[in-house]
Amino acid sequence: MRHEISILIIGLLAVLTTASIVATILSARAPKPLSSTLVNLTQRINAWWVMVALMTVAFFFGRYGMTILFALISFAALREFVTLTHTRRSDHWVLLGMFGIIIPFQYWLVWTAWYGLFVIFIPVYCFLLMPAITALHGDTERFLERIAAQQWAVMISVYCVSHVPALLTLNVPGFEGRTLLLIAFLIIVVQGSDVLQYIFGKLFGKHRFSPNVSPSKTWEGLIGGLVSASLLGALLSFVTPFSPLQAAAVAFVACSMGFLGGLVASAIKRDQGVKDWGHLIEGHGGMMDRTDSLVFAAPVFFHIVRYFWTV
Amino acid sequence: MNKLSLKTFTLLQTITSVGLSALAWTVTGVRPIWNGSLPSDRQRIYFANHTSHGDFILLSACLSEKERAITHAVAAGEYWGKSRLRRFIAQDMLSSVLINRQWTKPEENPIEIMLSVLDQGHSLILFPEGTRNMTEEPLLAFRSGLYNLSMARPQVELIPCWIENMSRVLPKGQFLPVPLLCRVVFGAPVAVGPGEERRAFPERAHATLLALNPRPERDD
Repeated sequence: MRHEISILIIGLLAVLTTASIVATILSARAPKPLSSTLVNLTQRINAWWVMVALMTVAFFFGRYGMTILFALISFAALREFVTLTHTRRSDHWVLLGMFGIIIPFQYWLVWTAWYGLFVIFIPVYCFLLMPAITALHGDTERFLERIAAQQWAVMISVYCVSHVPALLTLNVPGFEGRTLLLIAFLIIVVQGSDVLQYIFGKLFGKHRFSPNVSPSKTWEGLIGGLVSASLLGALLSFVTPFSPLQAAAVAFVACSMGFLGGLVASAIKRDQGVKDWGHLIEGHGGMMDRTDSLVFAAPVFFHIVRYFWTV
Repeated sequence: MNKLSLKTFTLLQTITSVGLSALAWTVTGVRPIWNGSLPSDRQRIYFANHTSHGDFILLSACLSEKERAITHAVAAGEYWGKSRLRRFIAQDMLSSVLINRQWTKPEENPIEIMLSVLDQGHSLILFPEGTRNMTEEPLLAFRSGLYNLSMARPQVELIPCWIENMSRVLPKGQFLPVPLLCRVVFGAPVAVGPGEERRAFPERAHATLLALNPRPERDD
């Protein structure tokens, strides 16, 4: 596995270095003061260096590192989500439970690989008990809206995100002890697809995909991004249990889900009247701005691998 | 009560302030929005909306280490001076300035106490509503302290600071905070206009602070 990880890290470093050099050259040639797009581009690339560094460190701590890292990502994403929604005083204990009980327990289930409870803890027990607690408080003002927002918040930020480290619990014959690479594959392909969609959109974007939801998403960006990300997936098949063709297909499905995740996140932001989820990552916005695609891709990727490749 | 030891921070106060700022960031990811004023070490009175005990922690977390060491929150003596423990927390750990809202002796005059702090070159954090706002109203009416202080020390800048979301993080009667993102919006300084009446100024300061709320429809 060490060999594959080395290749991935060298590849990422090469891409980031190229990106930084290109951004520096573009900025040097551009008229001053720099356009907001160029300033933002540099911020985004700098943030990518930090994110890749953090991911790499977490990677070297293996199962511990991944479980803790994604629990923290869930925390940051849930915090952004709940901040945007309508909450009332009577929701206090439910909200506390989301942060204090649901996140730790869901990641404990990931850690102990208790699959049966992992898949139903949130959609069955939490989804039934959270509105029950809210009802017991007796405050019916905008009740359905509040409980729906709470459920969707834990669904997106905790349940979906926890499927990334849950990949480590899968038992793929002939791939034992190398499941960390599945996480690397998923993240590189899905985040790579975001970046490629951004690049294709900036270079060739003309026809808006959904002007009402997200003015920045174009057909050119979507098609260019998905095709190139699928090729990237095929290229990375050597770190996976997939053949190159299978890897391309899996990458295509994951990145399509990722695109839909970004679209849904944009719709929520538009509905709530904000541009970004938060400000945690310079140039990108909040944690949810960076993970919206991963959130939709992770559970589907998890179940594809589980259904077709595990015993 | 009058004896204010306002040198620089003691070690205990430095540790408390760094610890609380770190805690505020962990729970609320607090960040300042400088919307009309800029960070500065000149002497100021920061005045803010007050809904929770965490308000001044959030506000001071937005200041630099240097500013924090000379900025004191004004707190209610009736509450924070009640027991030795509360007094120790308020004065020895948080370096707050305690004033009594119901005062009788002349040396308890809140304005005089606050002026004596300003005269040592220090800054204040003041909640002009006079109490924590437990109502559905976004901001209660202001008391006259702000006007009196500004008239007495016109060179001190009055900076309005809107603290966002804190009433949701720590609602009335709760002691465990829910992690929600908070921002503190620092507005342009306000000053008493020439010939402005003592009743008109608090109303204008009130409106200025309320106008800083970045998402008014959210505060419910």
